[in-house]
Amino acid sequence: MPLSPPAVRAEGLTVVRGTRSVLHGLDFTVPRGQITGLLGPSGCGKSTLMRATVGTQAKVSGTLEVLGLPAGDAALRSRIGYVTQAPSVYDDLTVRQNLGYFAAILDPGRAASERRHADVTRVIDDVDLASHADSLAGNLSGGQRSRVSLAVALLGTPELLVLDEPTVGLDPVLRRDLWNLFHAIAEQRGTTLLISSHVMDEAERCHRLLLMREGGILADDTPDALRERTGADTVEAAFLHLVDEAAEAAHRPATTTTTAPRNPAAPELPAPDSPVPSPEPPATGTDPRPAGAHPREETAR
Amino acid sequence: MSPTAPTSPTPPTAAVSPGVPGQAAPASRPSALDFSRTTATAARALRQLRHDPRTIALMILVPCVMLVLLRYVFDGSPRTFDSIGASLLGIFPLITMFLVTSIATLRERTSGTLERLLAMPLGKGDLIAGYALAFGALAIIQSALATGLAVWLLGLDVTGSPWLLLLVALLDALLGTALGLFVSAFAASEFQAVQFMPAVIFPQLLLCGLFTPRSDMHPVLEAISDVLPMSYAVDAMNEVLKHTDMTATFVRDALIVAGSALLVLGLGAATLRRRTP
Repeated sequence: MPLSPPAVRAEGLTVVRGTRSVLHGLDFTVPRGQITGLLGPSGCGKSTLMRATVGTQAKVSGTLEVLGLPAGDAALRSRIGYVTQAPSVYDDLTVRQNLGYFAAILDPGRAASERRHADVTRVIDDVDLASHADSLAGNLSGGQRSRVSLAVALLGTPELLVLDEPTVGLDPVLRRDLWNLFHAIAEQRGTTLLISSHVMDEAERCHRLLLMREGGILADDTPDALRERTGADTVEAAFLHLVDEAAEAAHRPATTTTTAPRNPAAPELPAPDSPVPSPEPPATGTDPRPAGAHPREETAR
Repeated sequence: MSPTAPTSPTPPTAAVSPGVPGQAAPASRPSALDFSRTTATAARALRQLRHDPRTIALMILVPCVMLVLLRYVFDGSPRTFDSIGASLLGIFPLITMFLVTSIATLRERTSGTLERLLAMPLGKGDLIAGYALAFGALAIIQSALATGLAVWLLGLDVTGSPWLLLLVALLDALLGTALGLFVSAFAASEFQAVQFMPAVIFPQLLLCGLFTPRSDMHPVLEAISDVLPMSYAVDAMNEVLKHTDMTATFVRDALIVAGSALLVLGLGAATLRRRTP
């Protein structure tokens, strides 16, 4: 579908929570059929951006189109799969009962019951929980519960998956398996995935990256282009480089004032509780990431 | 190839099973009330309760035990038992359903499942009607047991039909569900939700005519009791107690209870927001 609109298109996207502006006039697009990583430190507005995309965030202004429709449009509700950061499943139902209920909301009616059953079995296998299908969700470990929550989003055939930190707290093996699953979903079904993480090493697994910091977009590019542009060896180093660069740019014209805003993305907001990262970027020869979590050694294609 | 390609070795474990054939992507706009989604929600709420047999036992047995207790408290004055017993048959379902619904909805709000459901093609009406259906079914069982016990075993003397007692009990249960749903929007924790019980229910209990006829109260209190729905629930029960057939007063009282329940359900629906701050 060459003429279809991008999965997400934002222009001047602003979100206010309480009296505070959390996202300040963002412009970006998320292309279809790819994995876009939304990366940035905790509290930078990733979750708010995701909630705005799925239409559960109040006080959103600017343009935000999802699959060609305004975000939150009723017709989008069965076309988007959404996983919140905290697992949102019923603790007093089994894994299968949880999925069976959400499947009945997506694809209701007695006539669809066989199709639903197959769908539920498929997603349980996808998240590797077949052995726990009849356990109460409340009795599962944290990682297992978040996989149940992920399985709910995989039900049906969502065109856009919005996953808020789906791999947080999971062991490296499971994390790798889930990322393989995400790639398989994108490649075999053409699904668009928007995945947030605050772990920079996951960035290398994405097709595109949106780097966020304090309610602004720092960069919107492929991991390679980012590394090339900044001359950094890793996305993490590239991120730090961009932060420093932006901080410098913000300081230069404001040398006369002592209260120069440090945050380039939100010049109107001072950020007293977020220390500027150390100006010296990590040495480009050494990789700060733990060896076990290094994704690039798996690059086989 | 180049290190640029995002890593995706795709071992066999990660192979995605092909989508279920014939899977239609239902992109239709959800209607106000969808029967299948409503019954699915009711079935889910009951399934949750089934994993919690103690709650079911408490819901069903406590009213029966209270009635037995009351019967022997008023051992010497069976007339008093008739009047108070009939009133309580209407009040028990209201209180139980209030508590169960307010906690269940609060959990739905705090666990994130409400946000998830409202991001899905589920109408607010489906959710509320689903809860009302599930807890209504429980209320039928509870009221039938309590009414049967009171009328046949404890000698509660009703002039009218016990079916009318049951009808009022059901309307009360609906009212309790509605109040619980509404109040849960204002409770930030289960502690607060439970505290709403005395705040919302007790004043009605004191003013509904259970302890003394409403006409004997201070005129100000009587006026207040005139606008509280539980007063009409108790009045309706007393109509059944004293008259053989359905009186106009009974019909009016029953309609007022049903109307207040629908009104509060509507208010409750307004507190379910798809977009939250």
